[in-house]
Amino acid sequence: MTKITLGKAINAGLRAAMEKDPKVLVMGEDIGKLGGVFRVTEGLQKDFGEDRVIDTPLAESGIIGTAVGLALRGYRPVCEIQFDGFVFPAYDQIINQVAKMHYRSMGKIRMPIVIRIPYGGGIGAVEHHSESPETLFAHVPGLKVISCGDPVDAYWMIQQAIESDDPIVFFEPKRRYHEKAELDESTPPSLPLHKAKVLREGTDATLLCYGPMVKTCLQAAEAAVEDGRNLEVVDLRTIAPFDLATIFASVRKTRRAVVVHEAPYSFGPGSEIAARLTEECFYHLEAPVLRVTGYDTPYPPSRMEDDYLPDLDRVLDGVDRVMGY
Amino acid sequence: MSESVPGPAPEVFAPHEAPVSPPQASEEVEFVQLLTPEGERVEHPDYKFDLDDETIKGFYRDMVLVRRIDTEATALQRQGELGLWASLLGQEAAQIGSGRALNDKDMVFPTYREHGVAFCQGVNPLNLLGLFRGVDQGAWDPKENNFHLYTIVIGAQTLHATGYAMGQQRDHAVGDADNGEATIAYFGDGASSQGDVNEAFIWASVFNAPVVFFCQNNQWAISEPIDRQTRIPLYQRAAGFGFPGVRVDGNDVLATYAVTQQALKRAREGSGPTLIEAYTYRMGAHTTSDDPTKYRLNEDLEHWKLKDPIERVHAYLSRHAAVDHDFFDEIEAEGDKIAAELRAGCLALPDPVLTDFFQNVYVEETPQLAEQRDQFVAYAASFEGEG
Repeated sequence: MTKITLGKAINAGLRAAMEKDPKVLVMGEDIGKLGGVFRVTEGLQKDFGEDRVIDTPLAESGIIGTAVGLALRGYRPVCEIQFDGFVFPAYDQIINQVAKMHYRSMGKIRMPIVIRIPYGGGIGAVEHHSESPETLFAHVPGLKVISCGDPVDAYWMIQQAIESDDPIVFFEPKRRYHEKAELDESTPPSLPLHKAKVLREGTDATLLCYGPMVKTCLQAAEAAVEDGRNLEVVDLRTIAPFDLATIFASVRKTRRAVVVHEAPYSFGPGSEIAARLTEECFYHLEAPVLRVTGYDTPYPPSRMEDDYLPDLDRVLDGVDRVMGY
Repeated sequence: MSESVPGPAPEVFAPHEAPVSPPQASEEVEFVQLLTPEGERVEHPDYKFDLDDETIKGFYRDMVLVRRIDTEATALQRQGELGLWASLLGQEAAQIGSGRALNDKDMVFPTYREHGVAFCQGVNPLNLLGLFRGVDQGAWDPKENNFHLYTIVIGAQTLHATGYAMGQQRDHAVGDADNGEATIAYFGDGASSQGDVNEAFIWASVFNAPVVFFCQNNQWAISEPIDRQTRIPLYQRAAGFGFPGVRVDGNDVLATYAVTQQALKRAREGSGPTLIEAYTYRMGAHTTSDDPTKYRLNEDLEHWKLKDPIERVHAYLSRHAAVDHDFFDEIEAEGDKIAAELRAGCLALPDPVLTDFFQNVYVEETPQLAEQRDQFVAYAASFEGEG
C-alpha cells in the first residue's frame, strides 16, 4: 500500500496499461519530455519511447483524427487534450468520426480510443481552462463518458477505459490531481467501468455527484450530520451511460435527490437524471429532484469562481431546499 | 522556392514558378502528361509509363466500366431509387490510374466520389449504392478491401489516413520500396481549405508518414471555383509543409498511374509523404441535387470534353495498339451487363429495419440503449395485424 495522488495514479494506470498491451499509445501536446502540463504522463516517454508516447503538433483535430487512423490500424490510442476548453477543434472528429465509426461500419470497425480531458474549475486559471463540457459528449450516441473522483478509481478506471472497445471520454478532475489516497495495486478494482458507487450510506437524501464534486459532497454530508441529516453520497463515476440501477435504488430509499456538478444548470447531466428519476421513481419521490450546479454563464474570471462553483454551503442549501418539501 | 523545401526532396518535384494569379481556363496548365488528349504518347523527363499495351487496355476497360456504373447510378437516382448520387464523370483517369498503382497491402481513404478506386480495390459496386439509397452507410468491409468507408465530412479522412500511415510505421511495414506499405488519401480542391487537410499535411511531414495525398482538383467545390480556395496551384502548397508536390494531368490515366506509383514507392521506402494534384474536371454536377448551369459556363464543359480521359485512350488503342472494334464492343457489352446487375441488385436491396440499428452503436451495449430498442420493438409490434 502506497499513498498516491490522483495525478500519479493515472500515470501509474497508463504505465500498467502500456506494459500490458504494446498496442497502447499515448499522444498529445507536451506529454513527452515535459510529462504533460499536469505531469500525468511523466516518465512514460523515457520508458516506452517516442513511438508510443507521441508529442504531437499543436492541433487537437489532428490528435483525434490521427488517433482514428491508428485505431483502424489496430492501436489503442490514449489522447490527452491539454485543457477542457481546447477540445473543441477536435469536436468534429470526435462526434462525426470516433463516435459513429462502429455504427456506420455495421460493427466491422472498433474505435478503442480514450480521450483524456483534465476538466473543471477551482485552480485560478485563465479562461478556457476551467470548463465542464461533459454534457456535450454524453449527448452523443457512440461515446461513453466517465469521470473519476479519487486516486483509486483514477488508477483502475483509466485502465478499464483503455481496455474498452468503445471510445471513452475520460474527464479528470484537475483540481483533485493532488488529492492523495492509499492505493493497493494488487487488489483488483471493486467495480466494472460503468457502475456508480455508494460512498456514504444515508437515509434522508441522496447527493449524486462525480469528478471534483465527490469530495465536496462527502464534506457536505459530514457537515449535514450537525444538522441532524443523514445524507447518502453516490459517486456516479459514469455519465454516459449512467448507472441508473444504483441511482434508482438509492433514491427509492432516501426519496430525495440533489444532483451536483460544476457544469451549467440547463441541459446538464442533472437534467437527464431528474428526468429519469421522474419517470422511474415518481411514486417514491417526496420532493422534486434538485440541481446544484454552475450557472448558465460562461465560466467566469477566476476571482469569481468560488461564487460560481458549487461548494459545501451551496450543496447544503440544496439539501435544505429538497428537505423543505 | 525549391530552396525552402527542407529535407532531401528530389529535384524532379521542385515546384514550378508560382504564378501571381490563378490560372485561367484558357491558360495552358503545366503538368505531367504522358498521353495527350489526341491519344499520342509523349515523354516526360521524370516519369515513365513502361507497361505494355495490355495494361493500357485494362485501364481502358476499368474506366469504361466505372463510367457505366456511374451512369447507371445517376439513372437510378433520377428514377427515385437512390436519394443522391455523387458522379465521378470526368475523373475516371485520376481514379483508375492512381487506384491501379496500389499494391495489395496499401490502404485507401476515400471521399464519397471514389467509385473508380473502389472498383480497383474490388469493392462490389452494389455496396457503393447502399449509402445513397439509405439502406446502410457503407456495406463493404474496409479491412477486406483495404478501402475505408466513404467519408462525407470534407477532409476528415486525410487525418485518418495519416494516422493509419503512422501505424504502418510503428508496425515496421515501411522501408522497402517493393514490399513496404503505404496509405493514400483522396480529397478534392475544396477540401484543401479544410483545417484537417492542413493538419494532416503537418502530421505527415513531421512524422515522415508513408502517405500519398491525392487531390483531385476537379475545379469546382459545388459552386465555388478553384480560385475561391487558392491563389497558387495546389500542388505547390506541399513545399510549405516540407514535402514534394506534383501536378499531373488528371485526365491522363498513364500519367496518373506513373506519378502515383512513384509517390507510393517513395512512401513505402520510408521517404515520406507526397502531394499529387490531379488536374481534372467534374463533368457532371457535384451531386444529383446540384445544378451546375447556375454557376458555370457550358463552354467550359465543352472545352473539357475534348480532354476526355476515356476518348484519348480509345484513340491511342485504335491507332497504335491494333485494337479492333470487337475489343471495344465487348467492353461496352460487359458494362451493360454490370449495369443491369447493378440495377437489379439495387432494386432487390432489402429495406433496413431500425431494430438492427441499435446494436452497433456500441461494442458493449448500454442498458439504456437496450431499453430503448425493446421499447421500439414493442411499439412496432403493436401495429402488427393492422392494415
